[in-house]
Amino acid sequence: MDVRKVREQFPILDQEVNGHPLVYLDSSATAQKPIKVIEAVNNYYRQTNSNVHRGVHTLGSQATDLYEGARDKVRRFINARSTAEIIFNRGTTTGINVVAQSYGLQNVTAEDEIVITPMEHHSNIIPWQQVAKKTGATLKYIPLQEDGTISLEDVKETVTNKTKIVAIAHVSNVLGTINPIKEIAKIAHENGAVIVVDGAQSAPHLKIDVQDLDCDFYAFSGHKMGAPTGIGVLYGKEELLEKMEPVEFGGEMIDFVEKYDSTWKELPWKFEGGTPIIAGAIGLGAAIDFLSDIGMENILQHEEKLAKYALERLSEIDGLTIYGPTKRAALVTFNLDDVHPHDVSTVLDTEGIAIRAGHHCAQVLMKHLNVSATARASMYLYNTEEDIDRLAEGLVKTKEYFGNVAF
Amino acid sequence: MSHFNLDTLYRQVIMDHYKHPRNRGTFEDESLTVEMNNPTCGDRIFLQFKLDSDVVEDVRFTGEGCSISLASASMMTQAIKGKKIDEALKMSNLFSKMMLGEEVDIEAFGLEDIEALQGVSNFPARIKCATLAWKAMEKVSK
Repeated sequence: MDVRKVREQFPILDQEVNGHPLVYLDSSATAQKPIKVIEAVNNYYRQTNSNVHRGVHTLGSQATDLYEGARDKVRRFINARSTAEIIFNRGTTTGINVVAQSYGLQNVTAEDEIVITPMEHHSNIIPWQQVAKKTGATLKYIPLQEDGTISLEDVKETVTNKTKIVAIAHVSNVLGTINPIKEIAKIAHENGAVIVVDGAQSAPHLKIDVQDLDCDFYAFSGHKMGAPTGIGVLYGKEELLEKMEPVEFGGEMIDFVEKYDSTWKELPWKFEGGTPIIAGAIGLGAAIDFLSDIGMENILQHEEKLAKYALERLSEIDGLTIYGPTKRAALVTFNLDDVHPHDVSTVLDTEGIAIRAGHHCAQVLMKHLNVSATARASMYLYNTEEDIDRLAEGLVKTKEYFGNVAF
Repeated sequence: MSHFNLDTLYRQVIMDHYKHPRNRGTFEDESLTVEMNNPTCGDRIFLQFKLDSDVVEDVRFTGEGCSISLASASMMTQAIKGKKIDEALKMSNLFSKMMLGEEVDIEAFGLEDIEALQGVSNFPARIKCATLAWKAMEKVSK
């Protein structure tokens, strides 16, 4: 993979911020968009825009073909068996909420348990808190190891035959931990539970094979992998989705509507009430083409090198605390002495370096780490070792600034 | 690295309040307490008041946050101590105007240090840090 050629595909990267060439290290929040995606959306609105699945005019059927074509690209990208298993929605949050509100409320009772981990994003905690509250079920946490991983022993200990749902991030957005989904799925299934995977931080970076992982549900967001905001995917095993009730009712998702009752369309449309996110789905299809042309293996290889280099460079900085395991996704969460992450981020911003500062929608994990906030640098296929060098230099300067100035 | 921009934000007097906060701590008895969070960043501030009818006789703060939010809290407590709640609310209003980049009469705060926070208005992402303590204080009137 030639990272210079990759960078040429991302017009936004070619600019100065605060007088310095932009270093974008916030891809875990949202990724930048390649020309291919921008043009796909642009062309759709210029040439094809029409509503889908209705009407018989030419543009309408072209738009439908593009929209459904994108669904098949997603199916291939995560190796689902059928496009019936690919539901378009707003993003990971929506996907998890649909599973919670539909599968959760239909199947969980007061005697049951729902199992999650402390490293979950709020969007994989709160939906389950709500299901637990409504059903009276018990919400349980698989404990975290010292290094921010979870052990399969603890999974076996926590998941019991009362467990109905195990919900877990594939990759932690704070620690970078890559969880062994396949093994956890096996434990869940042995206990009669389903596994719901938050794929927000894994779909953009890892080769995903939902059949191999044997996960029951897998939710992810387009915007973290180069697609526009507002488009996401919920994968679910067909036999489970078949038995689930929709959570949104209205246009697009119905078969026949009578005065007092209605029937639903077949999968996946019964979960896609209202006019869908057509341009977003087409953009996601283009992002998948873009990533697939480069090859997910090549992207992962590049990111593994970056993650290793970032850990090395940042470890050299005195007073810098890094959270999470050594083997990790391409992100580094840290604190610098007692300088608040906001202050770190502001100083870096004046150097043209964009990182995230805050609780990263993971307040449960922040409490576990005993910090109120952290700084996070997250990388993607377009980042370089030079970006990491700039970050390291920026952090040394931040340290100097807060150490020397004004005292 | 050009520290020019940064120095307009991190003025010496701000760093002084950050490192040596005034009125930081709690009262031992159960005083009137208000709390305010900035949910987007995790900053939290707790204020405790000793009121003599409508006058702030004493005030203390605790909390977690960045240099700007804690320095601003320190200054705010200094500014409102001994003032009527009405006056404190007026100051808060004035402070918000200052954050929007408006020219304001610093003397109205009775605390010159607050002028140092004027530079925050050039850093839109940090304005909420500076106003957190003031917004928390406003709760006391509710």
